[in-house]
Amino acid sequence: MSAAALSLAMRRGEVSSAEITKSVFSRIHAVEDRIGAYLTLCEERAMEQAFSIDARRAGGEELLPLAGIPIAIKDNICTKGVRTTCASKMLAHFVPPYDATVAEKLFAAGAVLIGKTNMDEFAMGSSCENSALGHTGNPHDLTRVPGGSSGGSAAALAAGEAVLALGSDTGGSVRQPASFCGVVGLKPTYGAVSRYGLVAFASSFDQIGPLARTVGDAAMLFHAICGFDPRDATSARRKDPDGLNPSDGDIRGLRVGLPREYFGAGVADEVRAAVLSSAEKLRAEGAIIREISLPSTDAALAAYYVIACAEASSNLARFDGVKYGYRAARFENLIDLYETTRSEGFGDEVKRRIMLGTMVLSTGYADAFYRRARRMQRRIASEFAEAFSACDLLLTPTAPTTAFHIGEKTDDPLRMYAADICTVTANLAGLPAISVPCGESGSGMPIGIQLIGPRFSEQLLFFVASYFEKLSGGFKCIAGGL
Amino acid sequence: MRERYEAAIGIETHAELNTKSKIFCPCKNEFGAPPNTDCCPVCTGMPGALPALNAEVVRSAIKMGYACACTIHNVCKQDRKNYFYPDLPKAYQISQFDIPLCENGFLDVTLDATGRKKRIGITRIHIEEDAGKLLHDSAASGTLIDYNRCGVPLIEIVSEPDLCSSAEVKAYLDMLRLTLLYLGISDCRMQEGSLRCDVNVSVRRAKTKTLGTRVEMKNVNSFSAVARAVDYEISRQIALLEAGGEIRQETRRWDDLKGESALLRTKEDAQDYRFFPEPDLLTIVIPSEQAEALRAQIPELPNARLGRFMTQYGLSYADAFLLIENRDRADLFEKTSALGVPPKTVANWLNGEVAHLLGERNMALAESHLEKKEFAAALIAIERGAISHTAGKTVIEALLFTDQTTEAFIAEKGLAQISDTNVLRAAAERVMTLNKKAVDDYRNGKTNVLEFLVGQCMRASKGTGNPALFRDILSELLTKEK
Repeated sequence: MSAAALSLAMRRGEVSSAEITKSVFSRIHAVEDRIGAYLTLCEERAMEQAFSIDARRAGGEELLPLAGIPIAIKDNICTKGVRTTCASKMLAHFVPPYDATVAEKLFAAGAVLIGKTNMDEFAMGSSCENSALGHTGNPHDLTRVPGGSSGGSAAALAAGEAVLALGSDTGGSVRQPASFCGVVGLKPTYGAVSRYGLVAFASSFDQIGPLARTVGDAAMLFHAICGFDPRDATSARRKDPDGLNPSDGDIRGLRVGLPREYFGAGVADEVRAAVLSSAEKLRAEGAIIREISLPSTDAALAAYYVIACAEASSNLARFDGVKYGYRAARFENLIDLYETTRSEGFGDEVKRRIMLGTMVLSTGYADAFYRRARRMQRRIASEFAEAFSACDLLLTPTAPTTAFHIGEKTDDPLRMYAADICTVTANLAGLPAISVPCGESGSGMPIGIQLIGPRFSEQLLFFVASYFEKLSGGFKCIAGGL
Repeated sequence: MRERYEAAIGIETHAELNTKSKIFCPCKNEFGAPPNTDCCPVCTGMPGALPALNAEVVRSAIKMGYACACTIHNVCKQDRKNYFYPDLPKAYQISQFDIPLCENGFLDVTLDATGRKKRIGITRIHIEEDAGKLLHDSAASGTLIDYNRCGVPLIEIVSEPDLCSSAEVKAYLDMLRLTLLYLGISDCRMQEGSLRCDVNVSVRRAKTKTLGTRVEMKNVNSFSAVARAVDYEISRQIALLEAGGEIRQETRRWDDLKGESALLRTKEDAQDYRFFPEPDLLTIVIPSEQAEALRAQIPELPNARLGRFMTQYGLSYADAFLLIENRDRADLFEKTSALGVPPKTVANWLNGEVAHLLGERNMALAESHLEKKEFAAALIAIERGAISHTAGKTVIEALLFTDQTTEAFIAEKGLAQISDTNVLRAAAERVMTLNKKAVDDYRNGKTNVLEFLVGQCMRASKGTGNPALFRDILSELLTKEK
């Protein structure tokens, strides 16, 4: 059942939050040892929260739609009193003294925290294979990855281990796992959702986004977490978007751009075919489909990795063994404390990106790498702006392929990075983008379609995404397969 | 030997601003709280915490910029300065790199009693955050960290190498300190570390233009230490050059107890701070009407006031400096003089008795009861001989620490000076009868006992007799009754 349906049922008194929460945990107890979506489960706390919501409702209190709904939160979003590890040895025992703004909003709205989900270490990766603390399988095929970095959140939804989930998206980390696991995932406009309490990977790109089994649920969760936050200087001072009813709108006359650079050689044939046939369906409904070009797309991946690594090298410098987190057992002096702690505490991919980032910011290299990448970022943003003068939104694959096999790309970081080609541009330009299921591959793996819109066009994205949802028959329960 | 060389000295001054809260979080900006009590996730660099700029910090820095005739960059940014040290919890300091808030100004400094002035170039003024404090506690198992100071707002004021001697450095720092105090933006308490200096020194052959290689001195913690460090460094460099050596570009650490500096690091192992724009903060934009409003708040600055006091009131450099050193004292001086009291008299009383009485109680002028009207009344009474100088001191003390008026206090204590010669003659005769020996001594030629007898008369009249009249009457009586 969707969160919206559960919310309605609770309001009608047909089911209690305690019953829903209990059923989610019984599902978790049944499948979690095979899925591995969670790093931390909060069963006791969740049941307490659920009982308290039920008591309030019984007392006649008017509650928000999310009240009593079980939710999973990615383990890089701080939750007061609940271990927040970023799937790293570095923070394996770190318990934040404060709630992230989004967590604060969700708990205030009455959402029930099920647990913290697995991810690639510090959100660096596209498969969850870079987690130092857990292994997550794709519920559609356990030999395949769930995607990443928010793979735990996507897998939990697909396996029925949560009703809603939060992820974070720096270069596709919400959308790509949503696509791999057959769920809906939104990367909001940069600044739409507060980053306060999200452990930073690349500050310029990070956005917390909702994952859900239906577009309506994603919209409901987005509505609950967005809005200006004085604690995040980059959050946008604008009114919460109202009237987030995804069924409003009209496909007729909608101008949809297909940027040809997103359908190139790296894209699997069946992915290309599924996305193009989706475009055809839109055309049949009266949309205007036009092919466009975003010529700088081929430089986007390089620009993204230069800037993201540069910021990461600085953001992750605070993990030094002095204040919290992992500290090397043995060290000779201060420098040795830093070096040994960081050598032992970080995994290979994190170290690779810290070294890359340190290099691109160094005197003598910063002009050729960091500043050049920033120029490229501006060019990409202006190409999008131009595209949006001719189109209302853009339609692309979310990922070039369906979920790949575990271990398939772990030895080749560049091939792994290339899997982000369709998603990084929205982060570079700060645009909202949604991934919604649009079909299946021959081997039964979900294929996702990505819609990219102008800044703060989430409402339009939800509307068009819900249209695709109807076409593809909505979320497919995979309970039988497990 | 020394006259064959000229020194060029530039100073980097860090001034802590006295804003209510810290630069990036709502924590209190206060000195002296118990360790680690004025801190939060933001200033201790917790994972996920984000900075939010305190606008008051920008306003304070702009005021200093205007006071130093700087160009204000209405659009500027903040940057990260990356380095590892245990007192820096994020492992980067948020500072300003290539676009400081204020640039290209100057500070006029009066160098000595002759009124000789020098214009010292101000290269830039930027805002940044302070780091924590390391406490090397021998009783504990090593070094402890107090994060209270983390995030205390600083402005760094960088001067041009326009200073030539330790005396000029002292004069510059005095004027800089007074300027900050006049603007009310810093408490300038050296002993609490709210004003700290790094000093750059180079020497070159006299009458040559090219500056010598500069050496930076760190850890200079008081103004007197700055003078000692500068003198030491000039002598060290000259001795090195005279011995045929070469100055290396290096950073040295000043040890004020030993009175010498030691090498900290050479240019070769200078750190690469990998500056880049702080992605967590927005561009600072100051609307011109706001900047103008700040400019209008700049008071007459201490150096201008010093010059004006010397010319307008005919005060000496020493008197004028003592007055302007304290803005309240200078203000009271002007207001009291305006009520018709000779300026020199006001200056003498303010710099003498008033400063002395306040100093004894460790009280600021603003905390006392003294105000212009009653102060002027007291000084006029002394000037006119209505009360004696001694009685005047008692009146001033009463005006400082009670809410007495001059008139009421003189009446109540019977301090009005008696100039009635009949009354005084009777008193003098009584004193002469009681001090036969002194009278005889006088008549035997020891005329210096006259002052003793005047003193006795003053005592007998409880300080109300006019001492000059007593002196006349006594001389007359002593010679007449031979």
